[in-house]
Amino acid sequence: MKGFWRDAVEFFPILLNGVALTIVVTVGSLLLSTVLGLVWAMMRVSGIRALSMLSASLINVIRGIPIIVLLFYLYFVMPDLGVTLSALQAAILGLGIAYSAYQAENFRAGIEAIDKGQIEAAQSIGMGWWLTMRRVVLPQAVRIVLPPYGNVMIMMLKDSSQASTITVAELALQGKLIASSTFKNTSVFTLVALMYLTMSIPLILLVRHFEKRAGKR
Amino acid sequence: MIELNDVHKSFGKVEVLKGITASVEKGEVVCIIGPSGSGKSTILRCINGLESYDRGEISVEGLKVDRDAPSIVNIRTQVSMVFQRFNLFPHRTVLENVMEGPLFVKKEPRAQVLERGRALLAQVGLAEKADAHPPQLSGGQQQRVAIARALAMQPKAILFDEPTSALDPELVGDVLGVMRKLADDGMTMVVVTHEMGFARDVADRVLFIDGGVIVEQGPAKSLLNQPQHARTQDFLRRVLHPL
Repeated sequence: MKGFWRDAVEFFPILLNGVALTIVVTVGSLLLSTVLGLVWAMMRVSGIRALSMLSASLINVIRGIPIIVLLFYLYFVMPDLGVTLSALQAAILGLGIAYSAYQAENFRAGIEAIDKGQIEAAQSIGMGWWLTMRRVVLPQAVRIVLPPYGNVMIMMLKDSSQASTITVAELALQGKLIASSTFKNTSVFTLVALMYLTMSIPLILLVRHFEKRAGKR
Repeated sequence: MIELNDVHKSFGKVEVLKGITASVEKGEVVCIIGPSGSGKSTILRCINGLESYDRGEISVEGLKVDRDAPSIVNIRTQVSMVFQRFNLFPHRTVLENVMEGPLFVKKEPRAQVLERGRALLAQVGLAEKADAHPPQLSGGQQQRVAIARALAMQPKAILFDEPTSALDPELVGDVLGVMRKLADDGMTMVVVTHEMGFARDVADRVLFIDGGVIVEQGPAKSLLNQPQHARTQDFLRRVLHPL
């Protein structure tokens, strides 16, 4: 145990650099997946057949490809097509695209859970599709969507470790590098796990808060 | 003001409107009565463009109702609708519900809309509930807010789709009172209702609909007191004397 604390003091600052990159990857891909997810969801519920089908196809393709393959494609294949991305850019883009499919389905479920009467009431006072979405449907859908959105945040935080496979020196890769050079696997990976857990706990509490609030309504 | 000419409407293979021809004059109160599933609500929903119709034509002040045409927004701002289940926006306050249409659809100045919103809430007896949210109100209060929301658009006509059917019996009177006042003030109203007392006292004309056709129509008192058609007589006997 004494050895673990000594290792913790020694490795903590290096791992903290990894934490910073983990947060950058998570927040970046969360934002991207939210925007893309909203776009896919809006296309799905637009009532325009071509847009709805395009969105459904995109979601299925994205869902059908493992995140790690998507990352490899962006980082290793795109340069062959003339587009070179940094490891960090490829990680944020890859995770953002991969999760946009799940976000889209989550948003769509939230939008479709809104009572049809709400949409009719909005239409009956002359609101068009976009105004109905903006003023009536989306504000109500947010409350439904927030608990699963919180879960996506937790999953993204953990899946940001996949960025290590394309050389982003986030927490998991920093841990692996330290472990392979010091052979202190137990100390290093226990620390890494504890750091992920420390970042996850506030998110878990946030999800619980969202669920309680949703349950009250 | 509102004209329906040989309107047909089917849901799948079921034809719910089989050639409805009727008109509503400015300032007139027309009640539509009839058994459940006869097509009463569908008529209102077609007038407001919430449903499309298959054949015939509906027009409001000469403007054809086509739910897919841009002109539908214009029609909806002239003909408001009050729903059976109120359909207030639960995430907005009572006052915001009333202001929503004039502010965001008609883009009227906020101060003007605010003043009108408060006046309308006072008119329906709910001035003190302006900052409450709809779920905090009783059904009757919610329906009165819905009427204020419809009035806020300054419509030329209001369509009421069974406005008291979802209310506790003791709350029905408040809503009917507000509607009677509107009728007295000259508002054009088309009311789908089972409230025969309201129809008799307030309506100028009553249409009895069954099986997607107008079986009988005429001045409210004569149709309700001396129905000519056997089907109307049978319906009214069952409604007025259920035992």
